[in-house]
Amino acid sequence: MIRVENVSHRLGERLALDGISVSLAEQRVGVIGANGSGKSTFARLLNGLIVPDDGTVTVDGLSTSREAREVRRKVGFVFTDPDAQIVMPTVGEDVAFGLRGSGLPKPEIARRVTEVLGRFGLGGFHDRPAHLLSGGEKQLLALCSVLITEPAVLVCDEPTTLLDLRNARLIGHLLGSLPQRLVLVTHDLAVLADFDRVLVFDGGRLVADDRPAGAVAYYRALMG
Amino acid sequence: MLHRIPAGVKLTGLAAGITVLLLLDDLRGLAAATFVVFGLYAVAGVPPRLALAQIRPLLWFCVVLLAVQLLLTGWQRAVAVVLTLVLGVALAGLVTLTTRVTAMLDVVETLLGPLRRVGVRPDRVGLVLALTIRGVPVIAGIAGTVRDAHRARGATVRPWVLLVPVLVRVLRHADALGEALTARGADDDPPGNV
Ligand SMILES: Nc1ncnc2c1ncn2[C@@H]1O[C@H](COP(=O)(O)OP(=O)(O)OP(=O)(O)O)[C@@H](O)[C@H]1O
Ligand SMILES: [Mg+2]
Repeated sequence: MIRVENVSHRLGERLALDGISVSLAEQRVGVIGANGSGKSTFARLLNGLIVPDDGTVTVDGLSTSREAREVRRKVGFVFTDPDAQIVMPTVGEDVAFGLRGSGLPKPEIARRVTEVLGRFGLGGFHDRPAHLLSGGEKQLLALCSVLITEPAVLVCDEPTTLLDLRNARLIGHLLGSLPQRLVLVTHDLAVLADFDRVLVFDGGRLVADDRPAGAVAYYRALMG
Repeated sequence: MLHRIPAGVKLTGLAAGITVLLLLDDLRGLAAATFVVFGLYAVAGVPPRLALAQIRPLLWFCVVLLAVQLLLTGWQRAVAVVLTLVLGVALAGLVTLTTRVTAMLDVVETLLGPLRRVGVRPDRVGLVLALTIRGVPVIAGIAGTVRDAHRARGATVRPWVLLVPVLVRVLRHADALGEALTARGADDDPPGNV
């Protein structure tokens, strides 16, 4: 259970989040809202990338401010720009990076890397230089690199914004079928249709919290 | 085949090779060293284009260095200095081409292991190295994009015009990368270190 209580957060001059309280226990939660409405700030709260000025955030009872390391191990994060998430020069090494220092024996790490790459259609890419992948392949790689550590929750901030329609659908579909609990920030309203719950942000406030159909209708009305 | 030699051996060889290069200062010795380096590239089966790519970034630097050395010393000294530099970089390039970064990190981390006691974090140093290597294509890509954007708007592209926009994007990239590293737990102390 993700619990956000009375959270307000300032970024520069701006009140990016204003008195947010919400508890999320559903398998798939969507987050929508206009540009600058606070979605990314909200997403960053959930794995402790941002510690709120006011209020508390806990994930399965762990506080993001006091137990940041445990929270980050539990909550994986996928960003919009895949280039900024790839830290090692080759595909296989990047996926293995998350398990460096995990204490697992090397053959076991190699086995897991092969398994996760295969699962996401990157089976033949193990030794390729990461910078030569297409945008869609890079985002798949970013996803593999996060999932290898088997987080319980996955937070994604517009993971398909930079992708073409086919890759966006592919990743959208993969995300929807993961065993992980998912919090997805997106402008692609269609993928939310079979989500369990959708939050709508506006001007740093949570203005709607509903089933997808209701939330999307609210958002469309809000946008005029 | 060079690929299979353990990373530690290759890095030691590289250090030895560079030392020898620095000690050689007559042109005959350097000519011999040039043959050896060519031979190593051939043995490793590195395609000529890829081999050239290792030293191409040095081109302008070498031109300047050559000119300065020509003015200050003689042509022989100038050629020797430039050749030493090019061969050294070529050797280092060969090691990177034939070695997995992870394997190199393991060596670096082992070598720095004893420094743990004085507060050095070997895994951090290794991470910085990996990020540096990974950063080259990223920055090259950014520079390419910025240049294309200028061209597309019909501007004559002069390198210094690109400097600021490239720098801004590189910094923004570094910022995003830092955040992604934090999200992936790289900021956290490893379990053994707390
Ligand atoms: N570093 C910063 N300094 C000052 N203000 C910031 C900073 N980062 C974000 N903001 C502001 O905070 C507000 C919320 O930003 P946030 O990134 O959460 O919006 P968002 O809903 O994710 O928007 P988008 O759909 O464009 O990604 C925006 O008004 C933004 O301009
Ligand atoms: Mg955003």
